[in-house]
Amino acid sequence: MSRFLLTRLWQSAVTLVLASMVVFAGVRALPGDPALAVAGEEATPETVAAVRAQLGLDQPLWVQYGRYASNLLQGDLGTSVRTGTPVSELITGTLPVTAWLSLYAILVAIVVGVGTGVVAAVRRGRWPELVANGFSLLALSVPSFWLGLLAILYLAVGLGWFPASGYVAPSEDPLRAVYHLTLPAVILGTGLAAVIMRQTRASMLQNLSSDYVRTARAKGASRSAVVLRFALRNSLVVVVTLVGLQLGGLISGAVVTERIFGLPGFGKLTLDSVFSRDYPVIEGVVLVVTLAYIVINLAVDVVYSVLDPRIRVGGGAR
Amino acid sequence: MTGPVTSQDQSQGEFLRIEGLDVGYTTSAGQQQVLHGVDLSVGRGQTVAVVGASGSGKSTTAAAAIGLLAGNGRITGGRICVAGEDVTHALRGGDEARLRRLRGRQIGLVPQDPMSNLNPSARIGRQVAETLVVHGLAKGAAARERAVELLQEAGIPDAGRRAKQYPHEFSGGMRQRVLIAIALAAEPELLIADEPTSALDVTVQRQILDHLQELTRARGTSLLLITHDLGLASDRCDDVVVMSEGRVVERGPARRILATPEHDYTRALVAAAPSVAARTAPRTRPAVAAVAAGRRGEPPVLEVRDLVKEFRVRGQREKLRAVDGVSFTVPAGTTTAVVGESGSGKTTTARLVLGLEEATSGSVLVRGESLSSSGRARRRAVRRDMQPVFQDPYGSLDPTMTVEKLIDEPLRIFAVGDPRSRRTRVAELLDHVALSRTLAQRRPAELSGGQRQRVAIARALALDPKLVVCDEAVSALDVLVQQQVLQLLERLQEDLGLTYLFITHDLAVVRHLAHDVLVMRRGRVVEHGSVDDVFERPQHEYTVDLLSAIPGRAA
Repeated sequence: MSRFLLTRLWQSAVTLVLASMVVFAGVRALPGDPALAVAGEEATPETVAAVRAQLGLDQPLWVQYGRYASNLLQGDLGTSVRTGTPVSELITGTLPVTAWLSLYAILVAIVVGVGTGVVAAVRRGRWPELVANGFSLLALSVPSFWLGLLAILYLAVGLGWFPASGYVAPSEDPLRAVYHLTLPAVILGTGLAAVIMRQTRASMLQNLSSDYVRTARAKGASRSAVVLRFALRNSLVVVVTLVGLQLGGLISGAVVTERIFGLPGFGKLTLDSVFSRDYPVIEGVVLVVTLAYIVINLAVDVVYSVLDPRIRVGGGAR
Repeated sequence: MTGPVTSQDQSQGEFLRIEGLDVGYTTSAGQQQVLHGVDLSVGRGQTVAVVGASGSGKSTTAAAAIGLLAGNGRITGGRICVAGEDVTHALRGGDEARLRRLRGRQIGLVPQDPMSNLNPSARIGRQVAETLVVHGLAKGAAARERAVELLQEAGIPDAGRRAKQYPHEFSGGMRQRVLIAIALAAEPELLIADEPTSALDVTVQRQILDHLQELTRARGTSLLLITHDLGLASDRCDDVVVMSEGRVVERGPARRILATPEHDYTRALVAAAPSVAARTAPRTRPAVAAVAAGRRGEPPVLEVRDLVKEFRVRGQREKLRAVDGVSFTVPAGTTTAVVGESGSGKTTTARLVLGLEEATSGSVLVRGESLSSSGRARRRAVRRDMQPVFQDPYGSLDPTMTVEKLIDEPLRIFAVGDPRSRRTRVAELLDHVALSRTLAQRRPAELSGGQRQRVAIARALALDPKLVVCDEAVSALDVLVQQQVLQLLERLQEDLGLTYLFITHDLAVVRHLAHDVLVMRRGRVVEHGSVDDVFERPQHEYTVDLLSAIPGRAA
């Protein structure tokens, strides 16, 4: 197990370095000039050149990367070209918002997705399955920004059940934080919930008709025990895989959701920095997202081995 | 509907009584009746076998008695009484609580396939303890302790440690023992064993059945054994019930059924049962002496010399020798059978012969030519000379192709003839394997198992091979169909002078077909000789063991 973890950590480090290079080159391949953005539209060519030299953008690409990497190793992500704020400060300021939103959305997606999936499988061919299938079809085909707008229009503005925008940190006031985050989290989690529901349903149906479930019933186990302890437990591997794979989509979805609900999160920071060609910020943001992906995948692998003893990571006891 | 049966004497000696049972399945085509008025009874402490081919309704009868019919199955008529109480209503799904008391506590079930019947994500000990817990017989540490005892009784060594392991760490035989422990945990009065050993090797099969019988006898448990093997049924049971097409066609004491079967179907079953036939005199095989005499001086069709195959096992430094110095020759027009249990290396040997796997060392010569000989054209010619027939007639035929396409495929690959001549050839091949030419446009899903295996044989014959390698070619078939396919193979050998390499775990089949036998164990050949020598005068201890494990000795 520890050998497995070491190998995975080493692979993760390599991935991170490669990602930093790709982003570094990719950002510079974008049309548009940060020096021009900083100096302003009206600036003379001389001013722009001076700004460029000041930002070090006149150096060869590899020199720029070398300087960036050495700063990175010292924990310095650089400073925003646009505002002069350190990138690390910008990230620590916005990341919690997105992290809370994503976590909440995943929670909603898992509860709703697994719940409806199980009900759809157990009540196969009856109305609950039809309702669940209809829900998943709708959730998958309606774009989240449209759903978000509808939610604001009817649930927030119309009925006044939820606030239309704003953010309160859970550390300040947990209840009000939940109140503010619920609508965005539900909107963000809907698509994932639909995918989870479909997979849970399919996997449950397969497990419910399996031989070992039949044997469990032959023992005299109750129907609910068979559904929850046998079929659901063995279906969860699929759900975990899916959650791991779909988290990427969740993060990009958060960009849109944050915009609609005016949340001061990572998504907003990303959009703003891309529009103003704020290289250090874009680089920092992508690096953090890459790191998040790596950590999540590692966690998924570990959860696998807990859920399914047949998946043995790195040998174990045999 | 629930209540005691009026007639007192019915409940005295009888534990399970099934009267006029009708079961139907709802399909898209409407209601399909699969059981028609089945009568069956099992006395206390008695062992009864239900025998029949697949589709005869024997498993459905068992499933109905414990309320585990597949989702669309319904009891549509008749009644089932357990210990004198009519439980039909509960079995129909009308009383879940009553049904749960019945399952596990009154009737235990030992299912067929040990590989798929244990929960993959729960420890073995917990799975056994669960039966005790759901019936409120024990809980917590007491249940765990009792589970270890039960595993020990079921013949699992080092049960305390094994109870903490997961199913994937157990062999098939060990898993079946676990399932027996589960079924017996709540001390039911009747055990239904649905083909409990048909997925296991013959020697393991005997151990498990011996053990099962010992345990049920010691506890006075009744046993209802569902099996396709008449020999096994007559060995192990007091009474035999023969089923065909959802009806009971004959019943009586095991010995009587085997000795003087009354119904036509039973007679056919007795005649076909390989385990029974194996004890009787061998049938007249193709005039092998004449064939062999006529071809003396010709090189053997297949010559295998010092064949070795090693596999790397993950996490282990030492390599596994799956095939360890195997040598034999197969003369033209004869059949050599390779027998052994799983892990003996027989299938790897077949794959090496076919060139599907590369040997670590040693050589395979087909009519003096090797697959590893230089030159693409030569290798192709060698490949053309030998064709395989595999075990699974469902898996080895491409479901999207028609029968004609399937048989025609080797001809197209080797660019033999033009479309018209190939069509004629396919028709000819269908005649050879006794399939109607009208089947040519059907797809595998529209054929029975026996028909599919005939198609596989026709495909193997398309290129006029000298050697046909049959890897468990009849193992997946019902006894009656198995017998027909074996007869077909025999006839083809006579007519076409084919040479067979026949891989099987079923010694009984060997007696039917083979001239020479190779007994393999752990990658080595432990005995090699003519079929009569090996069967009548086995030299190696392991061969003796294998032969005595063939069921059907009792009669």
